[in-house]
Amino acid sequence: MEHTHTGAAHEEHAHDSSTKSIWKTFWILLAITVFEVGLAFLYLEYDFMARWALNGIFVCLTLVKAFFIVAEFMHLRHEIRNLIMTILIPLLLFVWFIIAFLADGDSWKNMRKDLSPGTPVAPATHITNEAAHH
Amino acid sequence: MDTAVTAKKKWWSGGHSPFNVSYGKLMMWYFLMSDAFTFGALLIAYGTIRFMSPSWPDPNVVFHSFPGMGHADLPLVFVSLMTFILIMSSVTMVLAVHAGKMRDRQAVVKWMAWTILGGAAFLACQAWEWTHLHESGAWWGRNPFLNVDGTQASTNFTNFFFTITGFHGLHVTSGVVLNIIILANVLKGTYEERGHYEMVEKVGLYWHFVDLVWVFVFTCFYLL
Repeated sequence: MEHTHTGAAHEEHAHDSSTKSIWKTFWILLAITVFEVGLAFLYLEYDFMARWALNGIFVCLTLVKAFFIVAEFMHLRHEIRNLIMTILIPLLLFVWFIIAFLADGDSWKNMRKDLSPGTPVAPATHITNEAAHH
Repeated sequence: MDTAVTAKKKWWSGGHSPFNVSYGKLMMWYFLMSDAFTFGALLIAYGTIRFMSPSWPDPNVVFHSFPGMGHADLPLVFVSLMTFILIMSSVTMVLAVHAGKMRDRQAVVKWMAWTILGGAAFLACQAWEWTHLHESGAWWGRNPFLNVDGTQASTNFTNFFFTITGFHGLHVTSGVVLNIIILANVLKGTYEERGHYEMVEKVGLYWHFVDLVWVFVFTCFYLL
């Protein structure tokens, strides 16, 4: 694919502002992805920061990438306000959707911890039960 | 059709689209919004189950192979290549849309062809990854990978992985098919006759959405 890219850059005839902003968006997306993968590698090698902080960075960078794809590639930023709002306002449901469900998952885990017999024996019994089924 | 945006235009007084786009484009946007909720529901379900699990397999251990590299430990490398291919095909898609606006048929054909090639390359990568995982014993209902803490993992991990990447791969497949149909129409001269290349824009919106979803799948399955 490296070849595709260089080919594309050379075959360009129309060097107007629109094509320029397309390539600019491409470099931004590529740079963010390379940065993310780089951070993941650094974490694997050196374990240099807290996992939750790293995940927070990944989620933020993902949202930045999503913004550039929707705003520039899908051209939404250059549409009129009515269209932007009719698409973005329903997506606000995701705020509730994500918070409610992840909180639910977390409380489920806590309940399982609290209600489990609380001994390392628990997983072993589980395996025996499964074996009995077969 | 869209008209020039003038200040203080009364968008809701009738006689023109209040969204300043054609019916087809607006419906494509609404379809993509509903599809965003479908993917959102799948990814949030994955997140919920992951939050509920005491431990979970490490993606860097699961996804560490690269075609032709044998048992070399290369986490993230292959999926980075897949991500690059998909971003690149998104760029060629915008360039096709742009060429369509310029009424440059040759350029539309060229960029559509690159986009189709990129989509096919992505699907080939995914086929390799699935085959490789299947050979190492992973499938729906089967999970050979241990949790990070060394305990036996449930099949939640593989079930969600194959369902969500499979659903995304299905979208890529239909995107490639749509792109091929549109390219055939461009070659036939359908849009030249019609006087505009708006169909290229519509299929372009769909293609970028597929790229957008991959950005989230990449983060949720490979980075977090």
